[in-house]
Amino acid sequence: MNKVTCDACGHINPEGTVLCASCGKPIDKNQHIDGNENSNLLNMRYDGTARRSQTYNKTIVDKVWNFFSSVKVGVTLIVITLVASAVGTILPQEMYIPPNVQPSVHYKDQYGLIGQIYYQLGFHNLYSSWWYMTLLALIGISIVIASIDRVVPLYRALKNQRARRHESFLQRQRYFSKTEVVTEEDKAKVLASLKKLRYNITEENGHLMAEKGRFSRWGPYVNHVGLIIFLIGALLRFLPFMYIDDFVWVREGETKAIPQTNGEYFIENKDFILETYGDSEEDQRFAEALERQGPVAKNFQTDAIIYKNDGAEVVGSEPDLKVLKEGSIQVNHPIKFDGFALYQSSYQLNEFESMSFKIHEVNDEEELALASFTVDLTNPAYEYELDNGFRVKIDQYFPDYYLDDGEPRSETKYPRNPAFVFFVYPPNQEEPEVSFAGIGRNIDASGQNQYKIGLQGFDVRDVTGLSVRRDYTLPILGLGGIIFMIGVVQGMYWYHRRVWIHPKENGWWIAAHTNKNWFGLKKDIEKAIQNTNITMVKDQQDNNEK
Amino acid sequence: MEDLISLSSNFLYLAFIMYLLATFFFAATIRDKRGDKKSKTLNVISISITIIGFLAQTGYFITRWIASGHAPVSNLFEFTTFFGMMLVFAFIIIYFIYRLNILGLFTLPVALLIIAYGSMFPREISPLVPSLKSHWLYIHVTTVSLGEAILAVSFAAGLIYLIKEIDQTKSSKRTTWLEVIIYTIFSTVGFVIVVSVYNAMDYSATFEFTFNNEVTTVDYHLPPIAGPNDGTLLTEDRMDEIFQAPAWMQGVNAARKFNTLIWSLLAGLVIYVLARMILRKRIAAAIQPLLDRTNSDLIDEISYRAVTIGFPVFTLGGLIFAMIWAQQAWDRFWGWDPKEVWALITWFFYAAFLHLRLSRGWHGEKSAWLAVIGFVIIMFNLIAVNLIIAGLHSYA
Repeated sequence: MNKVTCDACGHINPEGTVLCASCGKPIDKNQHIDGNENSNLLNMRYDGTARRSQTYNKTIVDKVWNFFSSVKVGVTLIVITLVASAVGTILPQEMYIPPNVQPSVHYKDQYGLIGQIYYQLGFHNLYSSWWYMTLLALIGISIVIASIDRVVPLYRALKNQRARRHESFLQRQRYFSKTEVVTEEDKAKVLASLKKLRYNITEENGHLMAEKGRFSRWGPYVNHVGLIIFLIGALLRFLPFMYIDDFVWVREGETKAIPQTNGEYFIENKDFILETYGDSEEDQRFAEALERQGPVAKNFQTDAIIYKNDGAEVVGSEPDLKVLKEGSIQVNHPIKFDGFALYQSSYQLNEFESMSFKIHEVNDEEELALASFTVDLTNPAYEYELDNGFRVKIDQYFPDYYLDDGEPRSETKYPRNPAFVFFVYPPNQEEPEVSFAGIGRNIDASGQNQYKIGLQGFDVRDVTGLSVRRDYTLPILGLGGIIFMIGVVQGMYWYHRRVWIHPKENGWWIAAHTNKNWFGLKKDIEKAIQNTNITMVKDQQDNNEK
Repeated sequence: MEDLISLSSNFLYLAFIMYLLATFFFAATIRDKRGDKKSKTLNVISISITIIGFLAQTGYFITRWIASGHAPVSNLFEFTTFFGMMLVFAFIIIYFIYRLNILGLFTLPVALLIIAYGSMFPREISPLVPSLKSHWLYIHVTTVSLGEAILAVSFAAGLIYLIKEIDQTKSSKRTTWLEVIIYTIFSTVGFVIVVSVYNAMDYSATFEFTFNNEVTTVDYHLPPIAGPNDGTLLTEDRMDEIFQAPAWMQGVNAARKFNTLIWSLLAGLVIYVLARMILRKRIAAAIQPLLDRTNSDLIDEISYRAVTIGFPVFTLGGLIFAMIWAQQAWDRFWGWDPKEVWALITWFFYAAFLHLRLSRGWHGEKSAWLAVIGFVIIMFNLIAVNLIIAGLHSYA
């Protein structure tokens, strides 16, 4: 690598350096890089260091590097992602449309032509589309390359900087002043004040540099590291081991294996509780709102027992359940065990547990039961031998019955609105009568039946819907978040301020620079030179460019 | 309990009056050209009244919290007024850094308008649904409001910059856009006036219409310029709609909201035209002379500084705390709910803003325009997402 030797102080700088890292003298042949040649003020953004992206542009690697290290490219990527994200909120994403509709039909029906176009462009799943992911990945790459491109030379430059600066460097700082005569007393005052303001002061042959908050310069790079960790965490969620996302319905009184745990954990639903506002004295204060809005849910809760199955390792053995944890699962209060968490996320009130039917003669007004039977809806038997020689077969079972264009169908597999097609075999008959029976329905298919099936009773119970999660990426995401916050606070709530004092015959030149908050720097200098005859620095940007 | 609630509303009322009063005092400091001891007293009075107003609103917040049993940030009225309160708080902080009176003259009216706007929505104490019952409710909402409020100060500063710097001697795209911003503010004023007037008159008209194959009714509290699609007016003695809202508008209340929007825009137009007729020039041109003595560079720096202070707070409240809570309440820290997405968009936007500030040529006017756009995004997320795009956050 070629080196550039500073002709003022002799410091050897890497190729591409704009301002000598040691004394700050502009290196003539490189002034175009930071656009210094058309300006009275020096561009101090990275202290005029040699950045790879500004120095080499020959090979394909250079070109890729330069592309991603550009802030303009970074901002462009951010803006494209921003616009894409906004587009995704114009219509609801697929996960927010009703679960039992066809997206291809739904978008067209609900939103017309716009909906159809939206669907066909894949915007209904925008955030998981390949191109959205690519945008995020490109932002990630840009963050890494842009950071490395800057942080390495900046670190070197700030480490190598010396108190003694070249005059052309000082004169071309934004804050600058000349004072012809400075008394020893004033000098001491200024130094004392700067120290009091917590500036670190380094001296070199009477040349002074007061510096504070250098660590804030690393803030952007720290926060970028945090972002990258966060992105990596998000990426790891695609590994099945890292991230489990499942769901289980558990009926009251039921004990069920928790999915994705290989039969290692079981859950028993002791009770599901749904409370609404309005019953208690305490809720009286909400009376007005409740009247306007209607009933409002107060609590969804499952009282549950978590079991660990000690027999899980032996294939085919009976579960050997030991109580692991007992407690209630509420919204905002998931139950946690061994890395898993169960969240209260859905429920079904009064699901049918069993239904009992009786058989009576069609003409009997008393509807006297000749035979009766009970169907267990979670596990229905398909044939029933009954009293008086009756036999019943279940021909079809619709757990959640509805009529779809005259065709009976089941909307879900859960017994929410059960209906049956029964074959009823009267005593000593081989040919069955066909009956349709459900809640509030009793249809004689042929119109010639002798016997009728009537609902005698039913049992209901509540069902709780729990989502099952195990997410090993959360600590990684959390770490990324914390590092990001540290970096962003470090970079934005502290400022890197430097004041250079250059002895000149009987007087002083003062120049100052900060990366942010020039107002604060000005206040500092005002305080430092208070009660002295030193000239306040002038903001040279005022008479330069606007 | 009733006493506490009425005490609470009185506090809010007092705060509103104080902010209004402080605005006038800040206006007086701008006109004041003496710069002597007396004008210093004026400064002290202005900021003191602001602080008294802020304390009064804090009183409202605490008493309402006690009365309702939860942090009053759970519906549109509560969090909009809280946002107003945080805006005043952010202004007070920035004021003590920069001591700039002109900022008060611009920030306080924005806060006033936000509080007035929020007060147009149902104000009764409402119960919390299970997903909101968490400490994260106030941790998340308060930090996010504070962050957005600090970012809003950047908007106020940006607006000052634009009004001062944009050449008003000739009409241009920039003067037009500036007038559009002002017209939008006037429309919000229009909304507050129109809704207040018809509320006072107890206006109500009921429409019947078919929504999702079910016959539904909707109550209009403003005369229907736009009625529901294929709706029939049920209330007698009320004027019928002038036209019907288009069918593609989704939601039971879409037509009513659309009607409110039309009313606000019309009222804003009336105010704007009247103001133009009285002033006989662009509104911004009329304000411009007030800003003669304002230092543009300082205003530009305040606008940027507000973003650097607000951005971390916003990230913490609007993304990090939000994710922690979402993980707890909804079993996933991120779900691409519209409100979440718009928080991300806000974050992306200010990230882009901060990166652009590194480049030359993005200081000053361009930066001021960006501050305005950022505020538009924030207000869109705060209000429009709740009203237009239904999602998990639509509690109002």
